[in-house]
Amino acid sequence: MAALTFAVARPVPARPRPKARRHLTGWAFVGPATLIVVGLSLFPAVWAFFISRAKWNGITAGVPVGWGNYQQLAQDPDMLAAARHTLLLTVFFVPLSIGLGIVVAIALNQRIRLIGFYRTCIFVPYVASAAATGILASFVFNPQFGAANDVLRHLGIPQQQFLESPSQALYVIVLIALWGEVGFTTVIYLAALQDIPKELVEAATMDGAGRWRVFRHVTLPELRPVTVFAAVWQTITAVQLFDLIYTTTRGGPLNSTQTVVYYIYELAFQTQRLGYGAAAAYLLFVVTLLLTLVIVWYSRRRGSEVF
Amino acid sequence: MRRLPFSPWHFLLMPLALLFVLPLVQMLLTSFMSNAEINQFPPKLIPTALHLEGWRALLSETNAPRWLLNSILVSAVSVLAHLVLCSTAGYGFARLKFAGRGVAFMVVVATVMIPIQLLMIPTYLMFARIGIVDTLAAAFVPWLASAFGIFLMRQFFLSLPAELEEAALIDGCGRWRTFRSIVLPLARPAMATLAVFTLLSSWNDLLWPLIAISDDSRFTLQVGLATFQGTRHTEWSQLMAGNVLATMPLILAFLLAQRRFIATMTFSGLKG
Repeated sequence: MAALTFAVARPVPARPRPKARRHLTGWAFVGPATLIVVGLSLFPAVWAFFISRAKWNGITAGVPVGWGNYQQLAQDPDMLAAARHTLLLTVFFVPLSIGLGIVVAIALNQRIRLIGFYRTCIFVPYVASAAATGILASFVFNPQFGAANDVLRHLGIPQQQFLESPSQALYVIVLIALWGEVGFTTVIYLAALQDIPKELVEAATMDGAGRWRVFRHVTLPELRPVTVFAAVWQTITAVQLFDLIYTTTRGGPLNSTQTVVYYIYELAFQTQRLGYGAAAAYLLFVVTLLLTLVIVWYSRRRGSEVF
Repeated sequence: MRRLPFSPWHFLLMPLALLFVLPLVQMLLTSFMSNAEINQFPPKLIPTALHLEGWRALLSETNAPRWLLNSILVSAVSVLAHLVLCSTAGYGFARLKFAGRGVAFMVVVATVMIPIQLLMIPTYLMFARIGIVDTLAAAFVPWLASAFGIFLMRQFFLSLPAELEEAALIDGCGRWRTFRSIVLPLARPAMATLAVFTLLSSWNDLLWPLIAISDDSRFTLQVGLATFQGTRHTEWSQLMAGNVLATMPLILAFLLAQRRFIATMTFSGLKG
């Protein structure tokens, strides 16, 4: 309104802009970025669906097979094993990264000496690439001369094979992923902790609540929206984990760390089964989407709206 | 300053801090050891003498200097493109009124739901069709703009009071000039967050260059190291030197601009 009165009051009115020009200006601002984002996500995602309904090696003409790839996937032992590995990885990684994030955030929220030093140390692995982290981890967990076995030796625990053992490798990868990602959950919990109104804690303390009860009944409920977000986010991170597996085990030993995403990569780029790989990707997408919806639905029922 | 009393939290934080930072220290120190020294058990943290063989081999026997240059180029292009494209788009979605705005913004936001594994195959095929396989473009095209960046900038522009721009528009300033000379200078903090986000994503990216680039001289550092590790996985001093090269630029940036990095992590956590 203020703009209008001003414009009228001026001796030379602003040049009238035709409607078309306004739309054009709008699209000139948002067009390029929108085009890139949609062109690199929505468009290929739709294309992937058509690829998933064909038997195709990317070179010769594809043969349409309808839902054939999906039916075959349901009976593919490698796919089932990969799904199991992805599930295991997620089940361990998500709660641990959230639990550790809360504990470390509470510790870092204390006003004690060296706190700046602690924060720097704990956040720094987050900026290291997953590829470099994987290479560093295969050094630290080297069974012959790695530091991990040296620590075990000091503790009197027998030497382990770690990434070279089919029964341990997946869990070692969970540990490495935690090392790289706890900085992230810690940061968001730290921000959430600092947003909790001080009066809330003071009031509870005045009412005679001990430290534990304040934490249990005041702090934790306040953190719930962040926890829902972190659960969704970390689930996505765990399901999509690729770089770390590529630079530590490449799916081995004996396929024990072959996750669905890694299997898709192998199908598409090692064995050139593009249609089958795309079908596996869609299957995983639908499953994770359902999983996300369940988490969100469950949290809504518990009464914390975040999405 | 008053001395704070000793807190039991140190018993948790000190070991944790060492656990997080010691592997990185070991990485740095190992790059200055000889392979003979590395292959000893128990392992040593401090090198007995300064060995530069690993670094020398890395820089002369591999294409690492080239990879470093490629990584710098890819990140520079990504950050620049992100700053230009996402700030204009964010402003458009926040302030301009035009047909299709609501739908376009919804579509952009919805794309964050699409996971990377769904995109691997069609993106590779798309890159092949437009002829950027085995070029550096394959590494930076995925980072030219992002839904996260557009969203971040839009949120920021929505939080600015509109009066400033209105005054400029009435004075006959066009939309573009208003944006350039009035709005953008106010957007420095958001732009810095965006730059950090893009730098982290593009510098650390492994997947896109890995699937689209097979020419050794076009590798980024991440791909170069991952490939090098696959073929010569026992040359630890060389590998660790490469790792230092791949991580230290960002670690140094983090140490210098810690606040900015943490703001970025927090934003991508709470709003992303």
